[in-house]
Amino acid sequence: MNVIETIDLEKRYGDTWALRECTLSIPSGHVVALVGPNGAGKTTLLNLAVGLAAPSAGQVTVLSGLSPGSPAALDGVAFVAQDVPLYKNLSALDMLHLTRNLNRRVDTVYAEARLVELGVPLKRKAGRLSGGQQAQLALTLALARHPRLLLLDEPMAMLDPVARHDFMATVMTAVADEGMSVVLSSHVLAELERVADYLVLISRGCVQVAQDVDELLANHRVMSGPSTHVDLFDDTSVVHGRRGETQSHLLVRTGATFQAPPGWVAHPVGLEELVLAYMRESGQTAQLAPVGKRDGATPEVAKWPR
Amino acid sequence: MATLTVVNEVQENESLHPLPWRRMVWVTWRQHRAALVGVAAFLGVLAIYVWLAGLHLHQVYGAAIACHPVGSAACRGLVNSFNGTGGFISNGLALQVVPVLVGAFVGAPMLAREMENGTFRYAWTQGFGRWRWAFAKVVGLAGVVTAASAAIGVLFTWYYQPYYAAVNDRMSLTDLSLFAPGLFDLREVTLAAWTLVAFAIGALAGMLIRRVVPAIIATLAAYAGLAFAAGGYLREHYVAPIVTTRLDVFAPAWILSREWTKAGRSVSQSFLSQVLQGGGANLAGKGGVPQAIASWRYLVQHGYTQWTTYQPTNRFWPFQVIEGSWLLVLSVLLMTVTVWLVRRRLD
Repeated sequence: MNVIETIDLEKRYGDTWALRECTLSIPSGHVVALVGPNGAGKTTLLNLAVGLAAPSAGQVTVLSGLSPGSPAALDGVAFVAQDVPLYKNLSALDMLHLTRNLNRRVDTVYAEARLVELGVPLKRKAGRLSGGQQAQLALTLALARHPRLLLLDEPMAMLDPVARHDFMATVMTAVADEGMSVVLSSHVLAELERVADYLVLISRGCVQVAQDVDELLANHRVMSGPSTHVDLFDDTSVVHGRRGETQSHLLVRTGATFQAPPGWVAHPVGLEELVLAYMRESGQTAQLAPVGKRDGATPEVAKWPR
Repeated sequence: MATLTVVNEVQENESLHPLPWRRMVWVTWRQHRAALVGVAAFLGVLAIYVWLAGLHLHQVYGAAIACHPVGSAACRGLVNSFNGTGGFISNGLALQVVPVLVGAFVGAPMLAREMENGTFRYAWTQGFGRWRWAFAKVVGLAGVVTAASAAIGVLFTWYYQPYYAAVNDRMSLTDLSLFAPGLFDLREVTLAAWTLVAFAIGALAGMLIRRVVPAIIATLAAYAGLAFAAGGYLREHYVAPIVTTRLDVFAPAWILSREWTKAGRSVSQSFLSQVLQGGGANLAGKGGVPQAIASWRYLVQHGYTQWTTYQPTNRFWPFQVIEGSWLLVLSVLLMTVTVWLVRRRLD
């Protein structure tokens, strides 16, 4: 089952492309980090998935073929938008009551208990809660709906480190209890690195990487070796390189049978390093490999800059 | 640690039953109660004021009508007392604030605030569904404000009743046309219809402009334009007016114009004044006949013809229904467009 699936999805605002030729399928059961630079199209993708925006071309479905915004999709997908919009003049309890009225099933017992546990004053107006409390309230309202897919757009942008930690703890507990799928967007990967087990990297409106994090890390190595011998590597397998006077460091896509050439040393790569390398090479990414298929398919590969 | 209770897996498909409409009652009330309570408080104070003023007005009017003999000093005093009663609501213009208030403070912010604060991204992604959410809010609030304005319209009608009696003219009591601009649209039917259209204009303006204050300003401008156009130009053409040479056509009928001709040619007012100056003593009111009629009779005797264009009193209710109907149609149209705009996905 795919929680989000897009085929040639395009979104244009006037003559600006927010997304173009975006083909993606995110399998269920993951905590997905949706990362990319500011303006890459993360929010646009989430808005399309939740039905707040309509595609200019192509199609997007959620939860195995449901049309975003359809009754069944609205029932199964919970969304916390950027800057956590809440009715500022309603109390946390009012917001909960509102959410209960607007949805088929809302676990008010869970929600109230959790808000109390987090120390969110139930009767205080949402506008007077701290940023962390507002984010927790919005998240709690979304979780209380028992969604099968939870979409969080830059959920931690406004939070201090403690609030971030608490927020992610809440998400991860819910994932463990419910088995829901989660997509979190952020332009700061570090926020998501510890929790995400699936990575979707978007830049300039195109999907650049969409793969299980473990597979991704297993299939990439940082190679260190003499700069005079960088041509040992196939252009198509080098994602990004830093060439020094004598030593070069290349991020290389490797296969199962990969062996380091003589004179070169292979190091495992961190997720952040890998993402940064792909982000740096976004301009050269022309062709996407089939993504999201669980057959160990490779992400697209950028050319070695000459 | 609070944990999510395990839910039975509901077999979900596209044919989910929609959530019941009654869920929106609490939602709408909770989100708009400040505006509704504010408007209700204002209308309540206004109603009490109009009611007290009306009691006084009716009492003074009753005394003036019952006075005998007509024309005595005591009776003239009572007539003057009635004519001097009324205060700032006597011409009805101040009461036009009712639809304006509803359009500006209930209609315009309804969707504009959601758009301005970004909360539409919460509201439109809940299970209720966005177009049903918008439909329920628009219809619910429209119903409430229309009913409230119809109720206060009944009170206004009662208040102005003394001014509409046909005997007023003969007794030198202030009389008003049933069709007077500023009064015609304060009746049960028209006030409710104008309030509804103000609300509908506000709702659409809010959805189009997406910001509260500009939406309120646009609502006021659009409503004022429509009200002036209807009162100043449209209303008199609902049914072709009657043209007569009779001299006894007065309020509460709606006099659109009086023109004089002699031998088929139009005569100016200044020329008529000169003619009347020659009439001298004949023009003083005799036997309770108002001075205007005495003058007109004098002119008629001298070969002049008065052409009065008017809408008769018995057209009052048909006109109410006509105005109420087109305003209702317009309101439904505006509200349909509003809900359609919500349903259409944002870009």
